Amino acid sequence: MAENKNQELIQVLTEKFGDKIIGVQEPYGLLTFETTKDVISEVLKFLKEGEATNFNFLTDITAVHYPGKKHGIAVVYHLHSMVNKVRVRVKVFIDEQHPGIPTATTLWNGANWMERETYDFFGVKFEGHPDLRRILNMDDLGVHPMLKQYPLEDPNRVDKKDEYFGR
Amino acid sequence: MNNQPVYTDNDPQSELVTLNLGPTHPATHGVFQNVLQLDGERIVSGVSTIGYIHRAFEKIAEHRPFYQITPLTDRLNYCSSPINNMGWHMTVEKLLNIEMPKRVDYLRVIIMELSRISDHIICNTIIAQDTGATTTFLYLFQFREHIYEIYEEICGARLTTNIGRIGGFERDFNDIAFAKINKFLKEFPVALREFENLLNRNRIFIDRTAGVAKVTAETALNYSWSGPLLRATGVDYDVRVSEPYSSYQDFDFEVPVGTSGDIYDRYLVRNEEMWQSVRLIEQAMQKLKNEPAGIFHADVPDFYLPAKEEVYNNMEALIYHFKIVMGEIDAPKAEVYHAVEGGNGELGFYLINDGGRTPYRLHFRRPSFINYQMFAKMSEGMLLSDAIINMSSMNIIAGELDA
Repeated sequence: MAENKNQELIQVLTEKFGDKIIGVQEPYGLLTFETTKDVISEVLKFLKEGEATNFNFLTDITAVHYPGKKHGIAVVYHLHSMVNKVRVRVKVFIDEQHPGIPTATTLWNGANWMERETYDFFGVKFEGHPDLRRILNMDDLGVHPMLKQYPLEDPNRVDKKDEYFGR
Repeated sequence: MNNQPVYTDNDPQSELVTLNLGPTHPATHGVFQNVLQLDGERIVSGVSTIGYIHRAFEKIAEHRPFYQITPLTDRLNYCSSPINNMGWHMTVEKLLNIEMPKRVDYLRVIIMELSRISDHIICNTIIAQDTGATTTFLYLFQFREHIYEIYEEICGARLTTNIGRIGGFERDFNDIAFAKINKFLKEFPVALREFENLLNRNRIFIDRTAGVAKVTAETALNYSWSGPLLRATGVDYDVRVSEPYSSYQDFDFEVPVGTSGDIYDRYLVRNEEMWQSVRLIEQAMQKLKNEPAGIFHADVPDFYLPAKEEVYNNMEALIYHFKIVMGEIDAPKAEVYHAVEGGNGELGFYLINDGGRTPYRLHFRRPSFINYQMFAKMSEGMLLSDAIINMSSMNIIAGELDA
C-alpha cells in the first residue's frame, strides 16, 4: 500500500521538478530522495502545500557528515503526511566548506530549533533563519562537534584502537 | 555572550522586571533557564536557554556498538525510560529485519504502557501541585513507585532501566512481577478515579487551567508538536495507531483528543490515556495466556546476547557472546527511521548504519525538545502564574531537551 503511494508521489515530484529529484530509494518502505540546494525551498513548499502530497508535519531536520566528498554534508528532512499516513525523507548534499541552505522556518515554525541544533552540531548555515545561534553547546566552543574530524575520546589513548571497534 | 537574552527594553527608567523563572519545575534550578521580562505580573517577552545538561549522546552513539546505546536512551526521557529503550531495540530490529514473537511484543506493551502511566502521573500530578493541590500529588505519586517496583522485578533497575535487549528481554518475567502487575491493575484504577474526582470538576482547578495557554491545531502542527499536547488540540495523531509497532494493532484502545488545546484539555487527555493504558495492559495480560509460556526473546543468536550461564558452559553461546561483544555482527548498510509514541510524543530514532559495529549516525527526535520551543512565544502576554502551570503541562523533561 505504502509502495503505491510512494510511486505516485515520486511521479508527481518528477513531473514538477524533473531531474532535480535524484537518488530515489525506499529503504524499509520510507521514500527517500535527494534534491539540490537551489530548489529545496520549493520542494518543501510543494510537499507541504500540494494537494496530492499534503505533508503537513515536519518530523525532523538533521544532518549527516560524509567527510572527503565535495558535497560532504547531507541535510536530512523527515516529513509526514498525517492524512495520507505516509512519510518521506528528503536529503540535500551541500558543500562542506561553505555549508549553506535556505531555511525551512518560513514553512514551519517548528523548524527553528531543529535548524539551530543542526547549525550547532554541523555548522550548516540556514539562510534566512530568524535566530541562528548555538542551542546545546556553549557559545565559545569554536567547533561544530558532530563533524567526523572531531574525535570523541582522547586520541592519545592507546587501548582503544579504531580497528578493534570496527571503525 | 550570544545566549544571553536580547532585552527589548534597555531604558533605565523602564518599569519592566527581568526574572529568571524558577525554581518551579524541578529542572529550573539550573538545567534550563527562562529569562522573562515582566510588566507587573504579566510576561512581556521571554528567552529560553537550554543545553546545560547536554551530554553529546549522538556523538557517543557513533562510537558505541548497538547494545551499548540502550543505556544512553535511558537518559533521554528518564520518566519513561523503557519506552526509549524499547524504541531503540525496535529500531535495530527493524534494521536487522527481526520478526519478534507475539509474546515478546505483548510483554513490551505491558512495560511501555506502565511507563506511559508513570510519565503521565508525573505530569498530571505536577499540574495539580502547581495549582496548589498538594493532596493529589502525594496521593497518586505512590503509584509511580509501584511501577518502579515492577521494573525492578524485571530488570533490577528503577529509573534508568536499560530494560530488555535487542531481540527481546534478558530474562522472562517472574511470578512476582506478574503478581505486582496484577496488583497494580487492581489498585491503580481506584486511585486514578479518586484523583479525577478531586480535580476534574474542581472549581479552583478549572479556573486555573481552562482557557489558559490555548493552542490551535494549526499552530500545534506548525510547531511540530506531537503526543498529548497535539492531541489536546484535537488532532488524533498517535504513532501507536498510525504506524503500529510491537503488535499494537492487536489491541483495542482509543485515542483521546481534546478540543481547545488548553491546559485543562491536556490534563484530561493524559488522564484518559492512563485509562487506556490500563486497558492495554489488561488486554496484554489476557493475550499472554494464549501464548506459549517461556518465550521472551526472538531466536536470533547472531544479535541476542546469550544468557551468562550459557556463555560459561556452552561453546556455541560463548562464540556468539564473543562475536556480539567484539562487534563481528553483520548489520546491513542501511538507514532506518523508527518512531514510537513516547510519553511526550513521537520519539524517533534515525539510524544510519554503514556496516560497521557502531552506527554511522544516530539522531534522536526528542519530543520535549521540539515541543518546548514554543514555550517562550506562548508565554508572551500570559500571567506569570499561568506560565508556570503551562510549563508543567508541557511535561518538559530536561534529559529529553538536551540529549
